[in-house]
Amino acid sequence: MSADPTQVLAFETDCHIFDGCGFPAPGLHSFLFKPLWGDADSNVYFNKPMLLALLGSIIVIGFFWAAFRKPKVVPGKLQMVAESGYDFIRRGVVYETIGKKEGEKYVPLVVSLFFFIWMMNLWSIVPVAQFPVTSIIAYPLVLALIVYVLWVSLTFKRHGFVGFFKNVTGYDKSLGAVLPLAMLIEFFSNLLVRPFTHAVRLFANMFAGHTLLLLFTIASWYLLNGVGIAYAGVSFLMTIVMTAFELFIQALQAYVFVLLTCTYIQGALAEHH
Amino acid sequence: MSQLLILAAEGKENPLVPPIPELVIGLLAFVIVFGFLAWKLLPNINKVLEQRREAIEGGIEKAEAAQTEAQSVLEQYKAQLAEARHEAARLRQEAQEQGATLIAEMRAEGQRQREEIVTAGHAQIEADRKAAASALRQDVGKLATELAGKLVGESLEDHARQSRVIDRFLDELEEKAEATR
Repeated sequence: MSADPTQVLAFETDCHIFDGCGFPAPGLHSFLFKPLWGDADSNVYFNKPMLLALLGSIIVIGFFWAAFRKPKVVPGKLQMVAESGYDFIRRGVVYETIGKKEGEKYVPLVVSLFFFIWMMNLWSIVPVAQFPVTSIIAYPLVLALIVYVLWVSLTFKRHGFVGFFKNVTGYDKSLGAVLPLAMLIEFFSNLLVRPFTHAVRLFANMFAGHTLLLLFTIASWYLLNGVGIAYAGVSFLMTIVMTAFELFIQALQAYVFVLLTCTYIQGALAEHH
Repeated sequence: MSQLLILAAEGKENPLVPPIPELVIGLLAFVIVFGFLAWKLLPNINKVLEQRREAIEGGIEKAEAAQTEAQSVLEQYKAQLAEARHEAARLRQEAQEQGATLIAEMRAEGQRQREEIVTAGHAQIEADRKAAASALRQDVGKLATELAGKLVGESLEDHARQSRVIDRFLDELEEKAEATR
């Protein structure tokens, strides 16, 4: 049964085991959506992940707007929750890696990144939405590119042209004969691969998580026939377990992304030895 | 080049090739969040956090000031109390001393008055005694003269002689009295 991106659900509902119907396994097609508006071939269209991305933005802003629009010295419940989240990123991530003095400037960026990514990941387990926006490579890539541009420009600004290349290539005379090779590898890994790995780390985690959730959800339904019902129960249990696990992974991956962001910024600001 | 074209054509199926519209929307969505947070909401909360920090530190400072003031007031009070005690003790001492002098003065006065009275009494007694003695002497002289006249039968009116004799007699009497005492 070949995938049809026009179907509304992630799988066909009339397909069960023992009905002479193969298992509608999740795959790449699970991450393709028929445009809600426009034409997929014309590059001018609007689909479900886009809708979720914009909706997610509004939710993040709405949350912080409600919490921080008129903040009080003695906080209410909502402000307290938002404050603890803000404080966690500010102190726990930015100050810890970059330092209080240098890092203060980057707090808004890092806080925005964290809560934006977290919300995009959270869509994965929100009923009806049930799709992590970050499992589409474009979204993590855009964020990674923003960080990359910031990192490159900061390094240039801080170290100048020669300093930039020394910083990027990990120039260190004590390496001796291995130096050219080390420089080549460092250059490749820092300047070319970094934004890719930064983005793919998030993307692949969300992609795999969503695939796992789909697998168990589809299987629960597919096995719901005859003797397969027992197996469907196990599969359904796994769906619940994986949902809880995803909840954890979503926050963790958002955290890892901003932690790496801070590490890169710190690397750009650090004096090269 | 043809490889790239194939990749682009397969782009819809390849999860690692980002479609341009989604890049744009992704950027837009993030910029909206970043814009709002960086422009208004985070400065808002930073201001309040700063205010809270100041309020807490201000409260501590106020408490410290109040404590210092209380301490100084207490010390002042203690000093005043000590001074008052000292003053009271001094006053008591003074009163005692004054009382003592008063008593001594009164005692001396009493003594003096008593002595005066005693002296006056003595003088009075002496005067009375002298008057009584002279009266007695005259009476005794007269009686003796009368007695002697009666005995002799003639009046011994010679005054001068009479007096001498009586005086001599009385002196003798006195001497006897002195001797017997």
